[in-house]
Amino acid sequence: MDIFLQQIINGLVQGSVYALVALGYTMVYGILGLINFAHGEVVMAGAMLALSALTALISWGVAPLLALPVSLILAMAGCMLLGFGIERIAYRPLRHAPRLAPLITAIGVSIVLQNLAMMIWGRDYHAFPQLIKNQPHYVGGAIINDIQIIIVIMAVVIMAGLMIVVHRTSLGRAMRAVAENQHAAQLMGVDVNRVISITFMLGSALAAVAGLMVSANYGLAHYYMGFLLGLKAFTAAVLGGIGNLRGAMLGGLLLGLIESLGAGYIGPLTNGFMGSQYQDVFAFFVLIAVLVFRPSGLLGERLAERA
Amino acid sequence: MFIRTALLLTMLALAGCGKTASDQAAASGEQVIRIGSVAPLTGPQAHLGKDNENGTRMAIEDANAKGIVIGGKKVHFELISEDDQADPKTATIVAQKLADNKVSGVIGHLNSGTTIPAAKIYSDNGIPQISPSATAVSYTHQGFKTAFRVMANDAQQGHALGMYAVKNLGVKRIAVIDDRTAYGQGLADEFIKAAHAAGADIVSHEYTSDKSVDFTAVLTAVKGKQPELLFYGGMDAQGGPMARQIKALALNVKYMMGDGGRTPEFIKLAGDAANGVYASLPGVPLDKMPGGETFATRFVAKYQPIQLYAPYCYDAVNVMIAAMQKADSADPAKYLPALAGISYDGITAKIQFDVNGDLKAGNVTLYQVQQGKWQALETVQ
Repeated sequence: MDIFLQQIINGLVQGSVYALVALGYTMVYGILGLINFAHGEVVMAGAMLALSALTALISWGVAPLLALPVSLILAMAGCMLLGFGIERIAYRPLRHAPRLAPLITAIGVSIVLQNLAMMIWGRDYHAFPQLIKNQPHYVGGAIINDIQIIIVIMAVVIMAGLMIVVHRTSLGRAMRAVAENQHAAQLMGVDVNRVISITFMLGSALAAVAGLMVSANYGLAHYYMGFLLGLKAFTAAVLGGIGNLRGAMLGGLLLGLIESLGAGYIGPLTNGFMGSQYQDVFAFFVLIAVLVFRPSGLLGERLAERA
Repeated sequence: MFIRTALLLTMLALAGCGKTASDQAAASGEQVIRIGSVAPLTGPQAHLGKDNENGTRMAIEDANAKGIVIGGKKVHFELISEDDQADPKTATIVAQKLADNKVSGVIGHLNSGTTIPAAKIYSDNGIPQISPSATAVSYTHQGFKTAFRVMANDAQQGHALGMYAVKNLGVKRIAVIDDRTAYGQGLADEFIKAAHAAGADIVSHEYTSDKSVDFTAVLTAVKGKQPELLFYGGMDAQGGPMARQIKALALNVKYMMGDGGRTPEFIKLAGDAANGVYASLPGVPLDKMPGGETFATRFVAKYQPIQLYAPYCYDAVNVMIAAMQKADSADPAKYLPALAGISYDGITAKIQFDVNGDLKAGNVTLYQVQQGKWQALETVQ
């Protein structure tokens, strides 16, 4: 039982990170119909920026517990700038081009960012300093530590905040209007370019938070870390119904749980015929199954809600 | 407009740099010998790949400084470095590229998974290949006359690790995780064979990938089987975070890896979970070999701390050049027999190849992290 509970906790922690990153994919898709493949690299940039800021602040003698939020804010600011720049330079000139063009640009941006990061931060893995004491807590035989608790709580708070922004503010209304119909929104006096820029910046800020979480949890940052994470989060977004905010959250958590339960139980369930090497296959199998029966994802049909 | 002008200027500037070392060497009447080096220079194992490239480069620069004469002509060695991204598909593409470039020999690849498919291309083109680090047994057992390695293979290494775990550490219940690459899987299989033969039980065998960072799910599954020792067949980039997660899950086991984990990077990534971890490295510790200490000092001064295989790359280049000198030719067909029959005192081992191209005496040394440093425990034959 404690092993089962532990797998649930593992899945929830991993899923929270997927959900945060998936939100970035889904927000951009909701508004532009564009899959921003560079989003994983923004997560990486967030982790790297936070790490650099943290190292600098600590070497200047700032208390670790103060340095952590400050470097998070700096990383968020840096990523917002990055997100703004990506949209402005790589996507805006192609907004009316055929759909394939911005998709290819997105992959290009991803490669450029990866290589830039390799030039700036080098090929080495960077160890993330352990600032929080990371006390383990026992919950019914399973273990959850401080960082993991913070990850889950922060993810929930941020997602709730985002829902409020999208549904309760005038900015959110503008976002929903642009998602619905760009031209009509423009005719109603919505500054479409501004809304799109803000969407990219919001998504990038979430990516920065996710980046910091991942590197604090696993204790490492690397210029390549965004690739797999981006891919998984994209899968999560599709699973939940891309373009739908709640779908991204649901998809993220679900993917995290599927992965950890799959890795833990696929061996015993198939009597050793399939082992944990099928962890990813299992996740993608669920994705295919969902898409066969619900082509627009789990929550995909609520188009009016997308942002 | 400004951006376009800037782009144009950059392209012109880049085009201006096109004059290569071979042009310069050709101008001064030297014979140019191209040596290829392949390792992952991008991706998760880029830090190891760069280390390999640096080791190869240093050997080539040393050889050029010596002013070696082959076939009555002064020669200039030129390094052509390629990136295989630790990916078997890319490996065959860059291997073909090197063959098209008419290299006289290849140092590489780094991973077993890339070295094995590339070996066929080198063999087809008659190009001698020395891998500094591919340890999978099958690499040299494909029947290619051109494939060599300067490191003990997984059968030797897995055996040493398995015996050490059971005989010296006295564990009975063992769990194994591997990363499903040719290297990780091969080493894990050999380890299991040896541990089994020595009388231990393999209570769990789980899997991950060479790109993962989260192992909590498989570690939790392992925890349910209550092993005394966990062996991971894979590289440092996964092994380090795994050590942390073992500690975070309060999984009370001894933790052991092969050569892929015996790096300074591992200690950095594992943090305070690194202490007590076991790993192996083929060969004898550098400070016990003649010339090893000097190499280490020079390498660190020139590049950065040795990650893992740089000394093996250095040896691989030197043994290749020694064979060329012995045959008095850089023509692969002529120096290949000399390479097969060579006896060379390297900085990692005395290099002599058996019929397959494996090292004749493959030593393996076991290490443990003590006070944040890798300390040699013992060397076994």
